Amino acid sequence: MAEFQTSIQDIDDLTIIHLNGYIDAHTYPMLEEAFTNQVERSRYKLVVDFTNIKYINSAGLGVFMAFIETMRGNAGDIKLAAMQPNVFNIFDLLGFPLLYEIFPTVEEAIQKFTNNNEAAS
Amino acid sequence: MKELEYPKYDLVVKSSTSQLAAIRSFIQVHAEENNVKPQVIEALILAADEAATNIVKHAYHQKTDQDILVDMLFKDGECTITLTDYGDPFDPSLVPQPDMQEYLKQRRVGGLGLYLIRTLMDGLEYESNRKNLNKLTLRKRFV
Repeated sequence: MAEFQTSIQDIDDLTIIHLNGYIDAHTYPMLEEAFTNQVERSRYKLVVDFTNIKYINSAGLGVFMAFIETMRGNAGDIKLAAMQPNVFNIFDLLGFPLLYEIFPTVEEAIQKFTNNNEAAS
Repeated sequence: MKELEYPKYDLVVKSSTSQLAAIRSFIQVHAEENNVKPQVIEALILAADEAATNIVKHAYHQKTDQDILVDMLFKDGECTITLTDYGDPFDPSLVPQPDMQEYLKQRRVGGLGLYLIRTLMDGLEYESNRKNLNKLTLRKRFV
């Protein structure tokens, strides 16, 4: 049976959302909830770790679209990291790399936020 | 004399998003049996998942006790997946293909499924009769 879990890790003012499993029309509300929780905690600098995501469909992609403005409007961002090639391919087909920064590793996504923080200070 | 038979498989699931995983594994198993390349299998899985999601939403309006039939046929290097429902007709050919650049600019949510189906498949056919029998056929070459 397809399952989906999220776990949250805070590093200073960054939050890493680790995803695990399959994101489809059945499981995407859990992804939505993970983002809603961050907004409620005023955590807007997010790195999404796709290492353990095996599948995503348009319902999942829609969640990223729904939250990106909220995060950017609060001096944050959603940076995506560590996608398997089949998962990246779906983001790419829909042109998401124009709108989102996608990094090969979680560390690089974290580094990008850190560099931006240093540039701003 | 026995008629030449092509590999054909069918599955019936209830119209719940909880059944999408069953549809995906049905496609995975039979496509692998027929030596379809992994990239093509991924495209078939995603297109069928999006099509079944649209049936749950638009044909059955989230009623979860209705039937979705999924048929797969492998013939002459082409895989055909037919999804049948008995709900309200939803003809994808009446939905315009979005301009993705504009779509992203507007941060629109939803409607991406059909875009993916059209992009990933080689052919898409829809027929609906007066008895509310709707058939969506997805075609993809795999050799």
